[in-house]
Amino acid sequence: MISDRIKMILSGLPTHVVLIGLCLIWLVPTFGLLVTSLRPFQDINQSGWWTALAPPRGAEEYSQTCASCHGSNGKEIATADLTDPELIGQYSRSIKLLAMLKREIDGQPHLQGAPAPEPQQAADIADYLKRISGIAARPRFTLSNYIDALMGYRGTANYAADCATGEQALDLNCNVSDVMNPRGMGRAFVNSLLVTIPCVILPLLFASFAGYAFSWLDFPGRMLLFALLVGLQIVPLQMTLIPISRVYAQLGMNGTFIGIWLFHTGFGLPYAIYLMRNFIGSLPREIFESAYLDGMSHWTVFYKLALPLSVPALASLAIFQFLWIWNDLLVALVFLGGQKPVLTYQISNMVSSLGAGWHLLTAAAFVSMALPMIVFFALQRFFVRGMLAGAVKG
Amino acid sequence: MASVKYEHVTKRWGNVVGINDLSIDIEDKEFIVYVGPSGCGKSTALRLLAGLESITEGKIYIGDRAVNDVKPKDRDIAMVFQSYALYPHMSVYENMAFGLRQRKTSKSEIDRRVRDAADILGIEQLLARKPGQLSGGQRQRVAIGRAIVREPNVFLMDEPLSNLDAKLRVQARAEISKLHQRLETTFIYVTHDQVEAMTMGTRIMVLKDGVKQQIDTPQNLYEYPTNLFVAGFIGSPAMNFVDAKLVERDGKMVADCMDFILDVPEDKAKVYRQHLGEEVILGIRPEDTHDVEYCPPGINKALVEVKVDVTELLGREVVVYLTSEHIHLVGIFDSRTKARMGNTVSVAFNMDSMHIFDKQTEMAIR
Repeated sequence: MISDRIKMILSGLPTHVVLIGLCLIWLVPTFGLLVTSLRPFQDINQSGWWTALAPPRGAEEYSQTCASCHGSNGKEIATADLTDPELIGQYSRSIKLLAMLKREIDGQPHLQGAPAPEPQQAADIADYLKRISGIAARPRFTLSNYIDALMGYRGTANYAADCATGEQALDLNCNVSDVMNPRGMGRAFVNSLLVTIPCVILPLLFASFAGYAFSWLDFPGRMLLFALLVGLQIVPLQMTLIPISRVYAQLGMNGTFIGIWLFHTGFGLPYAIYLMRNFIGSLPREIFESAYLDGMSHWTVFYKLALPLSVPALASLAIFQFLWIWNDLLVALVFLGGQKPVLTYQISNMVSSLGAGWHLLTAAAFVSMALPMIVFFALQRFFVRGMLAGAVKG
Repeated sequence: MASVKYEHVTKRWGNVVGINDLSIDIEDKEFIVYVGPSGCGKSTALRLLAGLESITEGKIYIGDRAVNDVKPKDRDIAMVFQSYALYPHMSVYENMAFGLRQRKTSKSEIDRRVRDAADILGIEQLLARKPGQLSGGQRQRVAIGRAIVREPNVFLMDEPLSNLDAKLRVQARAEISKLHQRLETTFIYVTHDQVEAMTMGTRIMVLKDGVKQQIDTPQNLYEYPTNLFVAGFIGSPAMNFVDAKLVERDGKMVADCMDFILDVPEDKAKVYRQHLGEEVILGIRPEDTHDVEYCPPGINKALVEVKVDVTELLGREVVVYLTSEHIHLVGIFDSRTKARMGNTVSVAFNMDSMHIFDKQTEMAIR
């Protein structure tokens, strides 16, 4: 019995190892991105995300060199309280601190014979003292990257600090209306939604109509038309950018949502129709015949039978179309550009103008990842469950 | 309640002929079974009546109305499919009520009919379930229930039992027969299983390659098959066929079958008189092929010696495969028989039940 169990566990082991490995490959970078996006940008520049919970920089050097006299909290010597910002302010630079450490106090060497720290260590200690004295105090984790990204803040400090001192840029009002700042990710998120939702619903709707018609309506030229549509999948999208852009320019549709809706719908349809026809066509013929005998019209059969039964196909199609449009940069850049910036456009701008400031980039990336992840986890059960169970003899 | 009439109906898809010049009269309240091997057009004949296929030539009447151009839903028929074709996302109740809702039947009436049908079929406790939660037999009942609630003039059933296991099939067969008596409606039933056909039908139509072979009661079909195909198709194991020549010997008619010579009974000989000297096919059923020791009394026996090839004991009887030089036969012997593989046994044919078929036309000679 026990050997059987062990055998079972061992035989499942390779599968489990591979699965766990795959999960880690996906999960570790994502988690790292999340942690990074929540750290203050000074920390991000100093150390990796895996040190987020480690003691701050200089803490170790401090405990080696200073803690024996000043105590672990720095307050042991009342005349030299290391948490006093005024005192520390004098030694905020490592050279000054190093000089202070080498000086004699009351005729005794400052370090009482202990070796003097290296310059790098001194710098770390200075950094640590600034942190505990409150001169440069900062929490381990902060939401300011997200706020900066959402509000479209472009500066050297952060949004909250600039607003507190009244030094904010001209396009910021320091109130809720900043969420809709055209330079921010908040506005871009809304724009992305406005682009994506119709671009998913429209092709799905048309494709399910067409899929039903191609599989259950008898009309001349049906196969020819379907073959033509399948063939259209090959047309590269880039080929049509210029002609369509010209047409849109003449119609005044460049930079409008309608323009990009039509474009994405058009390019999503061939594949969507192909998939829907194959799925609806593979539903059991007898169900449809039974429905016609029951007195259903084509319209009723479509929305009472074909649609509910093709939910798995619709769901997977919706996920793919959603991901493709949500992550699309090319089409959004050509037809919306800076007039109605979407998430991908804003992120690409951040990369170019703030090459070093990737604290904003991490937060922005997470904002744009959030929705695809929600959509995927909400719809993934449709990949697993077969809706047809029980329709015919199984 | 309605009669059904096929009038010179032909169905073609391009060059392929599905049904060739089919004419049948089906009376009200009959239980007609279309039977034949697969691909013989029996399902097509049913689908033409249901309106799921268009008629190429000819006319189909339901009652007095020609229905060629009537939509399926207006033909006042209900159909049970082989795969049941239940709507998988609806409960059993909704499955049964759905057709009525489409016809704007009142809610209370729908409820009454669904519960009546469920009561008849014994599926009241399943009404809230989805088809996926039912067994094959239960799904099949639901499919029948869906047809019953429509209260149609004609029930069409396309091999409704072929997805059930053997035991359930026997039970369902009896239930459908009972249902027919209870509903007093015309039933048209398609099957490839001749046992189903024989047990259920008031009349049976045998089809082959889209052509009607014979339509008659089960008894007549069994006793007076009109041609070689029907004779071979109805009955299990199938009828034995032997090439023979009708000749006269000592003033009596005999059938010369090369390996043996069989006496033809006098009443039959009278009928066959004009075919004397012709090459024919002699047919004798396995159940008319007895071990001479356990042969029922009072029959016109013809005795031959043959070798036993294989025996299959079924309990009540033994199926025996017999061979002689040119001839292979199947017999059903009493289970006490001493016939064993490799033995030679004396076989008695019941010549009262012999059949003769013309060698060219394959039509029965009577």
